Amino acid sequence: MPEILQYGFMQRALLAGLMIGTLAPLIGVFLVLRRLSLIADTLAHVALAGVAAGLLLRTYPVAGALAASVLAAVGIERLRVSGRLFGEAALAVFLSGGFAVAVVLISVANGFNVDLFAYLFGAITVVQPGDLWVILALGLVVLGALGIFYKELFAITFDEEGARVQGVPVDALNLMLTVLVAVTVVVAMRIVGILLTSALIVVPSITALRLARSFQEVLRIAVACSLVAVLVGMVASFYFNIAAGGAIVLTALALFGLASVVGRRGAPG
Amino acid sequence: MRTFEASPTASTAASATPASPLVALEHVCFRYGGEQVLHEVNLEVQIGDFLGIIGPNGAGKTTLLRIMLGLARSECGHVRLFGQDVRAFRDWHQIGYVPQKAVAFEARFPASVFEVVLSGRTGVAGLARRFSAADREAALGALETVGMAEYRDRLIGRLSSGQQQRVFIARALASQPALLVLDEPTVGVDVEAQEQFYGLLRRLNRERGTTLVLVSHDVGVIAAEVTRLACLNRTLVFHGSPEEAIRTGAIARMYRDDSLLVTHRH
Repeated sequence: MPEILQYGFMQRALLAGLMIGTLAPLIGVFLVLRRLSLIADTLAHVALAGVAAGLLLRTYPVAGALAASVLAAVGIERLRVSGRLFGEAALAVFLSGGFAVAVVLISVANGFNVDLFAYLFGAITVVQPGDLWVILALGLVVLGALGIFYKELFAITFDEEGARVQGVPVDALNLMLTVLVAVTVVVAMRIVGILLTSALIVVPSITALRLARSFQEVLRIAVACSLVAVLVGMVASFYFNIAAGGAIVLTALALFGLASVVGRRGAPG
Repeated sequence: MRTFEASPTASTAASATPASPLVALEHVCFRYGGEQVLHEVNLEVQIGDFLGIIGPNGAGKTTLLRIMLGLARSECGHVRLFGQDVRAFRDWHQIGYVPQKAVAFEARFPASVFEVVLSGRTGVAGLARRFSAADREAALGALETVGMAEYRDRLIGRLSSGQQQRVFIARALASQPALLVLDEPTVGVDVEAQEQFYGLLRRLNRERGTTLVLVSHDVGVIAAEVTRLACLNRTLVFHGSPEEAIRTGAIARMYRDDSLLVTHRH
């Protein structure tokens, strides 16, 4: 057995990474195509407020992050549907609001500590057995929902109005998708880090958009790129002692660069 | 009010089979931003009709269509689809919708022609169910109807405007609807493709008995193709056969009134 697999923490991190690497780009494809990429980043910042609250209150920070980001997801979707704010403005409100709350809570707790750092930038050493179960369970919920409502999500993403005319419950599914983003952000934050989670959601998706010839192919290529990025990033993190999230996202960006060069011949821009 | 009763045959045939009209609008009105966009519109679409709705810009054509499709709510009167109140209507697969291409479509969307057409089966396949072999067959059949089967694996964005329009029709036909509703479908489509397009509509209407509602500003072509014509300018100024519309000068009057309105404003 190679050295990297001999450690329990690394086995758990790799399993969690595989789940995250599968989820993030699947969610990302729908977000990118609906021009809602910023939602992931927004919910990540809100999740940070939840983590800070969890650390301050000495409860499980992941639970705090999940509660905060799911609540924010519902709020964002309500605000978006009501049409009282432009889509992006609603996101800006939640993004800055979440971050402001987080910063205040951190200052109350007398600044940064190692735990918070791990949440911000991701780490391969922090996935406890309990974390792994939470990540796998939440991940399966997201995967299940995406699988069950795949055809509806495609129809809405391609033509929301057309889906409505077919009787598809568009508003309910939009809300579901936003909540799934919130869950995905929380699942991804332990390994990738809160600040880089949205990159793993967005970058493999736009890489796939450069290459694919059908929607199903977009999903397959995005997942493949993401899994390569996660595995390469985590292995690099293990051997060179660098931040996992950064290594993962840099690998994903390298793949995007490669796809941009290759994709120029033939595929749509 | 029965002023705009679609066809006298409907009432004479009533004793045999009282087929309700596919679409019945009674006293429909709609305001947008304090402005009365639609006022007192009464309109029926009978089975087998090919109804053209024409009118100048801002006449409320698209709003009327949105009300028919349940995308907008009439503020007064009643809207009935297949004899049912629109709010209780659930058989949406009976209605195929072809949107204005420019509105519906992101040219870089990464979907194959077949994926787009199959998505027209989303409603009829049922919530949270996978597409069945029957869904795929129906989608392929719809592609064959519009003559696009050989393009099934192409990216939708790689087709010409006319071809894309046929794919959108195939998507609407995929649920095998009794009623096909088209909103300005020929905008941005070249003349040759338009001719093919109207040929396709004619076949659907005459050979398959699909009821058609077509909104357009393209008066000349519409009058030549449809069996019923509705002239809309915030209210229904004419509803009858296209021959009658030309004979009575209804079309000319509507556009003259409109141009007068415009010159008054300046």
